[in-house]
This record gives sequence, structure tokens and C-alpha cells, in this order.
Amino acid sequence: MSEQSKVSANFSSLPVILLLGLVSLPLVLMYAYLLLDTVSNSEAGSLIPSEFTLEHWSFLWQMKPGKPNIWLVTLNTFIFASCITAVILIVSSMAGYVLSRLNLPARGFFLAGVMVLHAFPSVTLIIAIFIVLQYIGLYNSLVGVILVKSAIDLPLGIWLMKGFYDTVPWEIEMAGIVDGASRFAVWRRLVLPQIKPAIMALGLFSFLTGWSEFILPQVLAPGAHVQVLSVYLASLIADDNNFDFATFKAVGVFYVIPVLILYVFFQKHLMNIYGGGTKG
Amino acid sequence: MRILLDKFSKSFGATKVIEDMDLNVGSGEMLALLGPSGCGKSTTLFAICGIHRPTSGRILFGNRDVTSLSSQERNVGVVFQSYALYPHMTVAENIGFPLTVRRMTAAEINKRVAEIAALVHIDNLLDRKPSQLSGGQQQRVALARALIRRPDVLLLDEPLANLDAKLRLEMRSEIRRLQKETGITAILVTHDQVEAMSMCDRIAIMKAGEIVQIATPSEMYNDPRTAFVAGFLGNPPISFLTGRAKQGAFALDDGGLKLPLAALSGIPDGTALTLGIRPEHFGIGGDVPVEGKVTFAETQGRENLYDVVLPDGSALRSIQPARSDVKPGDSVRWSLDSKAALVFGEDGRRL
Repeated sequence: MSEQSKVSANFSSLPVILLLGLVSLPLVLMYAYLLLDTVSNSEAGSLIPSEFTLEHWSFLWQMKPGKPNIWLVTLNTFIFASCITAVILIVSSMAGYVLSRLNLPARGFFLAGVMVLHAFPSVTLIIAIFIVLQYIGLYNSLVGVILVKSAIDLPLGIWLMKGFYDTVPWEIEMAGIVDGASRFAVWRRLVLPQIKPAIMALGLFSFLTGWSEFILPQVLAPGAHVQVLSVYLASLIADDNNFDFATFKAVGVFYVIPVLILYVFFQKHLMNIYGGGTKG
Repeated sequence: MRILLDKFSKSFGATKVIEDMDLNVGSGEMLALLGPSGCGKSTTLFAICGIHRPTSGRILFGNRDVTSLSSQERNVGVVFQSYALYPHMTVAENIGFPLTVRRMTAAEINKRVAEIAALVHIDNLLDRKPSQLSGGQQQRVALARALIRRPDVLLLDEPLANLDAKLRLEMRSEIRRLQKETGITAILVTHDQVEAMSMCDRIAIMKAGEIVQIATPSEMYNDPRTAFVAGFLGNPPISFLTGRAKQGAFALDDGGLKLPLAALSGIPDGTALTLGIRPEHFGIGGDVPVEGKVTFAETQGRENLYDVVLPDGSALRSIQPARSDVKPGDSVRWSLDSKAALVFGEDGRRL
């Protein structure tokens, strides 16, 4: 890494930086104003903020009329994203192993099935899912939407895990079996540790997609007590009576902060999803 | 412990790899399964350790029939070609793993690990990860892991293939020492005849899923049953001449060489034959003179290796004490030791 970040000698980096700066300026400005507008008021039509204020952040300590408590919503989002992560990790780490290593009947069918499901536009199923959830009594509950979201994301997870398991050398498993470990112990204690980076990456990936999921909670769990942040955010802008642009922006910033923190700390692990497993 | 394969067969789908193989390895013996790649030696090894189930036949450890037992229930130690160390565990954890899965107490495991580590001389490396070890050290860890629960049989799958030449020499005697010290029955799979000859009590040479000959290294070298065995053992390799039987003698087709051999009495004239001459039996001090032209000379320090082409185009190899008077292109008149010549019939069997 350190070698790559050194300035290359055979061309000047200045024009490149200038060009990139120019192109990204609109984006930087947008982000700057997003942050600025949440803590200031400005005259109508003016770009210069005229006063500092925290009133747009008041949703943190005041209930907005007709809206659920922001902390309950945040907790819901957290539970939603965490549960999805847990389900996806547990199921795909096992299913991926089975598809990669075990000689099960109709393995080819399952592999193809996972691929097709991954490519399938799941939104088209939403009416059917709605009816099913309604029927079994999981409509408007976190459990229901967690199950649906995990199921939809599972094919990708299984496929990724299978790919990582494929890179683990067979000899490690043979050695484990000859050493007297059961097949489950071999998986749990010898193979799983080899793909730790993949588990880490898939976990983060699932958490982030769970955190940003909007359409499923909006349709399947819109109730006030199970609302997640994305739905809350959407309801702010949909509410014509109390239209408040600055609060909308503040909630948006609040919503994105955990994502940014995760990226800052774990971006290296996320990159692993595109890399290979470990060297044996 | 004695290992017995009784009419062991293994096929993968429709491909028959091994058919009706019988093999008996005595207790405390070290046996080499030697053969070219794809001859079924690794398949045999994996069947003994229980990774492959035999298609038919029996496998016995001592008097216990282990044919239908899983790997976990057999007591075998295996050293894989790639060592297959567990990368996320330290050396101590690697070696102790077979005991850990047996739920032994930590104190007992530590004691046994320390013992075995001292035996293979890696007691100073116990806290390292496998990636911090050299090839030879990894090899020792793999050996220690295979030996720690005192297996009935130690299986070595090309254990020296990934080491450099000097280390290979060292590990060769090291593995033999460990095997002798522990008295464990061992089976070594290799395609390297030098390894097989130098490390093992007996060699079973395999070709296309069959054991061609099983004998001690010197017996096999001096008394090969087929041309394949003769060609496989020996370095530099044996050279072959093709010719025909003529009045109890081997004759080249152009009549340039005639070699009376006792083995050929009673063989009808005109039978196609192959004559095998080891390099050390051609040169000075033989009894049948052969004329030819040196086409290649290689100095090996103590000895020189020459390729000599006979007038009919066939080639003989000769190894001699170092000398500087012969150069490529020279015509020479050297002699063959007819008593040491090996003669094979058309089907490759020794006559």
C-alpha cells in the first residue's frame, strides 16, 4: 500500500487532482450544505446561513406530532439490520459449505436455483409476500420483515460463501477427519476460521443493506411501533401538513452516521468480498 | 501393527483405479508405494486412512477389519504432501488437535505435545503460526501431529516433494529415524525411487493400479521382475537395447552385438527381446566388447556419465570413475558385463 501511495515520478499528479477536484465539487457542495443546513437557518433565497440553531435536531428529544419516537425507530432499525445479519451469516455459512463440499443429491439444481433466485427481481413478489405475511399473522411485525429481507438476500450470501469455501484446500479437511474430528467439528473449527474475512465482509454487507432497506419495511411493516429509519424518513417528506426540509435533512444525516462509522472502521473487510480467501 | 489389504478394489464411477490388490505390511515395517503419477498409489493410501471407501475387498489393521470404519474410528496418522497444517492455529494447537477433539485435559495435551515436539526437534517453535515456519519445520509439525496419538499406521503422501534438495536429504533420514524410534508401521507414497530405496524396508512398485513387484530395495534393483521395474529403479536409469534371440544369445537386429546369456537357452530364435544394461555394468571391466560413439558426457565430480550410441542407433549409458580422456564425438570400445545384463521378453517380463 505504501508503495502505491507514493507519488509517481513520471507524470505530474497536479492536473489529475485539479480535474478530479473540479468534477467532484458539486458533490462536495451538496454534502457541505446537507450538514450546514441541519444546524443553521438562512434567509430565503440566500446561500449564506444567517444563524446557528439546533431546532432541526429537536426530533432527537421531542416527539414530532403523529410520528413515533426516533429512538424507538433507531432501535427497530438496529434490531432489523442485526437480525438480518445474523440470519444471513448463519444460514449462508452453512449452506455455502454444503454446496461447496458435501456430495448431496441435486447439488447442481440447488446451485442453479441459488443463482436464479439471486438474479430474480424480488420486488415483483411483494404483493404475494404481503398476502402470505398477512395470512400467517406476521404482517406489521419486525419478525416478518426480517424473514423476508433475509430470504431475499440469502442467495447472494450463499453464493459468496460457496466461493470462499471453494478456496479452502481439501487437505485441511482430510487432515481434520483423519485426526478424528467429526465433519461438523471440521467445519466449525478448521474450515470456518479460514474464511473469517469473508464472514466479516458478508456480515458488514448484510448489516448495511439491512440498515438502508426501505421498500420491504415500508410495505410489510409500516406501523408506528415497528417503523425503521428509512420509513420514518420517507414519512417526513410525505407529510404535507408539517413540511420541514431542514428536519428531513437532519434525520437523513442521523440515518447515515452509523453507515459512515462502519465504513471508516471496516472498509478493509468490505473489500474482501471481492478478494479471495486465505492462503493455506 | 500389521496392515493387510485383501482383494482391495477401488473404482470412481466407471473408472477402475485398483483391482484385486493384495498387500501385506508387517508390524513396524516401512513400505514404499512407488510408481508413476496416476498409478493408484495415493488412492490406496486414502483407502487405508478411510477417506475413500473401497469398492470391494477388505482392509485389516492387525486382526481388526476396518473396511467399513470411518477415518475417525481408525487410528491412522497422515502426513500430506502439502502438510495441511491448520493456518489459524499455533504449532502447539496444530499438534494437539487430534487430542483436543478427543476431549483430553489441557494438562495432558500440553505434556504430550511437549514430548512429541522434543522428539521431532521443534520444541522451540510451539508458539509460532505455520506461516512463520520454513518448509522443513512445517514438515516436522505435520509429522508430530500425525504421531501424537500413537497411530496404528503412519501414512506419508509424498512428504518430501515440497522440500529443496538439501532439506530432502535431511528429512529422509529424519523420518526414518522417527519411524524406527516409534516402531510404527509406515507406508510411504512416492514417485521418487531414491526416496523409496533409501527410506524403506520394502518397496511395492505399482503400475496402472497393480503391484508389479514387492521386494527389498536391493532385491528389486538386482532382480527386477519386469522391464518397467528395472527402468523405474536406478539413477542414472538403466538403458534398453531391443534385439532378437539367436542361438542362445541376444543379438542386435543389425548383428553388431552378440551377447550369450544363460537365460536364453531354450528360447526360439527370432524371439523379440529387450536387454537392460545398468550404467555401472557398461564401461571398463566387462567381458563383451561394444563399439560406439560418445554423444554426451556429464561430469558429476566423482563419476562421469556417458551416453554411447551404437552403430544401429540404440544408446547405452555408462557411469565410470572420473576420467578426462573421453570427449563427446570420440569412438570408444568399452565392454559390457554380460552376467549383470537383464533380459526381458516382448511382454516386459524378465527371462
